[in-house]
Amino acid sequence: MAETKLAAYICQGCGLGERLDTAELAKVAQKEGKVPLVKEHEFLCNAAGVQMIRDDITNEGVTHVVIGACSRRAKTEAFGFTDVAVSRANLREGVIWTQPDTVEAREKTQEMAADYIRMGCAEVKKMVLPTGNPNAATNMKMLVVGGGISGMTAALEASKAGYKVVIVEKSPQLGGWMAQLYKRVPSHSPYSDPVDTGVEELAAAVQGDANIKVYLNAITSKTSGAPGKFVVEITPESAAAITEEVGAIVQATGFTPYDANNLPELGYGKSKNVVDQAGLEALAKAANGGVIKRPSDGGEVKSVVFVQCAGQRDDTGKHLPYCSGNCCNTSIKQAMYFKDANPDIDTVVIFDDLRTPGNGEDFYRSAQQKGVTFTKGKVSTVDATGNTCKVNFHDLILGDENAAIVDADLVVLATGQVANSGVDTEARLRAEAASLAGDDALLTALDAQESQEGKKISILNLTYRQGPDLPQLKYGFNDSHFICFPYETRRTGIYAAGPVRRPMDIAQAVEDATGAAMKAIQAMENAAVGSAAHPRSGDLSYPSFRMEGCTQCKRCTVECPFGAIDEDEKRYPLFNESRCRRCGTCMGACPVRVISFENYSVDTVGSQIKAVEVPDEFSEKLRILILACENDAYPALDMAAMNKQLYSSFVRIIPVRCLGSVNTIWITDALNNGYDGVMMMGCKHGDDYQCHFVKGSELANYRMSKVDDTLKGMGLEPERVQTFEAAITDIERLPRLINEYAAKIEEIGMSPFKGF
Amino acid sequence: MSDANTQAVEKYRNNFLKEVSERVEEGDWVKMCMQCGVCSGSCPLGSAWAHPPQEIFMMIRAGKREEVLTSDSMWMCTSCYNCIVRCPRKLPITHIMHGLANYAHRLGLAPKNQPTRVLGTLFWNNAIQNGRINELKFSLALYFKDGFSQGIKNALAMKDAGLGLLKAKRLNPFEIFGGHGCKGKKGIHAMLKKAQEIEARRKNFTA
Ligand code: SF4
Ligand code: SF4
Ligand code: SF4
Ligand code: SF4
Repeated sequence: MAETKLAAYICQGCGLGERLDTAELAKVAQKEGKVPLVKEHEFLCNAAGVQMIRDDITNEGVTHVVIGACSRRAKTEAFGFTDVAVSRANLREGVIWTQPDTVEAREKTQEMAADYIRMGCAEVKKMVLPTGNPNAATNMKMLVVGGGISGMTAALEASKAGYKVVIVEKSPQLGGWMAQLYKRVPSHSPYSDPVDTGVEELAAAVQGDANIKVYLNAITSKTSGAPGKFVVEITPESAAAITEEVGAIVQATGFTPYDANNLPELGYGKSKNVVDQAGLEALAKAANGGVIKRPSDGGEVKSVVFVQCAGQRDDTGKHLPYCSGNCCNTSIKQAMYFKDANPDIDTVVIFDDLRTPGNGEDFYRSAQQKGVTFTKGKVSTVDATGNTCKVNFHDLILGDENAAIVDADLVVLATGQVANSGVDTEARLRAEAASLAGDDALLTALDAQESQEGKKISILNLTYRQGPDLPQLKYGFNDSHFICFPYETRRTGIYAAGPVRRPMDIAQAVEDATGAAMKAIQAMENAAVGSAAHPRSGDLSYPSFRMEGCTQCKRCTVECPFGAIDEDEKRYPLFNESRCRRCGTCMGACPVRVISFENYSVDTVGSQIKAVEVPDEFSEKLRILILACENDAYPALDMAAMNKQLYSSFVRIIPVRCLGSVNTIWITDALNNGYDGVMMMGCKHGDDYQCHFVKGSELANYRMSKVDDTLKGMGLEPERVQTFEAAITDIERLPRLINEYAAKIEEIGMSPFKGF
Repeated sequence: MSDANTQAVEKYRNNFLKEVSERVEEGDWVKMCMQCGVCSGSCPLGSAWAHPPQEIFMMIRAGKREEVLTSDSMWMCTSCYNCIVRCPRKLPITHIMHGLANYAHRLGLAPKNQPTRVLGTLFWNNAIQNGRINELKFSLALYFKDGFSQGIKNALAMKDAGLGLLKAKRLNPFEIFGGHGCKGKKGIHAMLKKAQEIEARRKNFTA
């Protein structure tokens, strides 16, 4: 590698020249930062400014560049030098836009700017130009697990985009639930009648696609590897395993209807004439447009009652607490089966809230037109006598608690969807945590469940150290950043689509599958060039570690939110770079600090912290360190600056990849160096987390709760270190928070550690 | 009118809804109500009724024939049209209310002394008789609907208005002796009869 040569460039544009003494800043870079080549420029991001830097790189052999100008989030194209290490000192958003333009404020503003220059110089020295994942692999074939509507759609979309696909379906044919339907809810205007599913055509298209290979009656018995190089063992029923190599995986394993046997009070199991929605589809299929028959005796159905939310949206804790989001439209469709055949058939839908997403509202109206009756009520029991049923309910509009429909030939229960998600890899962790906190219920329940049904069957059978399947949310749906990155799972390169992700109907599953297929393609392409998957797509840095220092504590393997780290035979952590999302959580976790990235390490941040000049205890100037998540908190601070929201000149802000990457040594270092306080700003954590790396901010919060002991040991007040949840919209809140915090620290007083 | 008012109705079956849909003015719209309650919430009088519009619609679907047709709720509608303007399903609620009232009246199920009904009946009979309204007879009939002594009390209470009308020549006391009619009274009677026939045919009434 070429010799390291540093250069620093200080911009005078955007008012920097008027507000700051840039010559002074240049001197700081030169003397304190020990940068041999320092230049000022009146407009650094224009063609001439950028050319000046370019020329220095070419002619002077500059390898490390400090740019003292705007925020690292601005002018990324102009300053996007890919062949040198770059550090940005944020003088515009970070300094002049957040400080008052007054004579009195000038000194402190200049001090702030000087610190950011010192920090930039310190950081860049510790940076190495990232080279990309050395183990990058280029397999571009996609595996789709599940051959229902989601799986088939994902496969066809990927094929259309020019990629090869392997489908593994556990049943003897393609089609999944969709093949069991008589008709589907329409997906095109006028949304007035049930339409053919088109499943045969779709299956034929899949079978006839030269890019798609289909394994029926088969399971994925073993999955190992990483994006770009997954190795999957496919085991057909009563045949030897076949090995396929793929670059990415889409899991589209669908759902199972909630078991109506749990609802004896609604007559299921007591009368053959009480069916679930799937049961009704079977009856309609058998009738094929003719008279739908009563299961008990084959009599003609003249009166049918649909019971919505059967075992769903249940707050007693016995059944599903959530809404499956498709059953209302499904019942409307099924009621039309009857009305379309014979308008004289009585069809009553008893609903609590009628939820008709998408274009369901038109469909609902059409059903009303056809004479389907909708009654708001709550069904208590269904009594079966002979060949008919009596549906007892509380009519919520008429306030009649003893309303009843007698002599119903058929009762249809809308029972909803349960994800086919495989083993819950984190259930035991959660149960153990709860048990530690004094609540043994989870653990007991889990033990009972496991001993009763054995271990739940795994779907992917991942050989990952973190477990065989995708981590799940509360109700068995796979964990994903629900709002921003819905298809991402916590296993990089594996994407979930369809009802395994959340309950949904056919139209949504199609959209979902298309999205997941596109993300899977993106993952393969990224892996092939050795760069990270979302959200740091394009990032070439990857974690490396000094094995000699590792104590095998396993924190990194356990805490990596994405299952990127396995263990080798000697029980050392084994990084799978293409599974890694470059969040740095492992780096934050490692107690001996042996994990780092080329351009982001305990050292790059640590030296910035140490580079700040901490005034002595008599100066009456505080120093507060802010570690801000670069995904939400840092952008929010930048936007606050754009709005000219002012905040204390005592803070020094360092962006971090995720709060999860914060190593407690940074906190200890800061306190030892005489900082008066540390603010950490990360994304919301918990069940409704917004953390881009899912668990990062949560882990950070957990770790920081332990910092209190450190503070006590140092004889410091616990308020000196605080964690805050910040959203990208907190543009007005964050400056306020900073000022309040500064005031509080001022009250507590200066750190006793100054000057040591 | 056959036995239309003694029809057997099964609860939550289509019978009554169908009857309403076929025989009540704008009754076909009842099935389109989605039970949002906007009409009832918008009706300036709804809170004073036993059954505001939304509830009436649900009762029809629940097959509560007797209760609906004998209710005085729909008679309370003042035709302010608030409900129609606001109903997201565009139901002509005001018209349905009048349709229901009219239907209940024809079946003889409407509450006998419901003031709106009495006023309507008096007005209509009065108008048909001479082809025009006889204000004096009409007001007197209304005053005396609850008996002689109540009628005197009513008339006394309104005497100032009456005198005012007399002075302004808007009320002729001699109208009490028959009053004047209009030309072509026969034609009017024939026309109304024909209209009734057409309606009965269309709405399936056995005349
Ligand atoms: S914790 Fe983050 S940075 Fe570390 S291996 Fe896992 S994904 Fe990569
Ligand atoms: S956290 Fe650090 S010390 Fe612990 S196993 Fe990982 S690399 Fe080794
Ligand atoms: S506003 Fe319309 S839809 Fe809503 S309850 Fe009234 S009639 Fe029904
Ligand atoms: S038109 Fe009649 S029903 Fe409608 S809001 Fe007015 S009074 Fe109520």
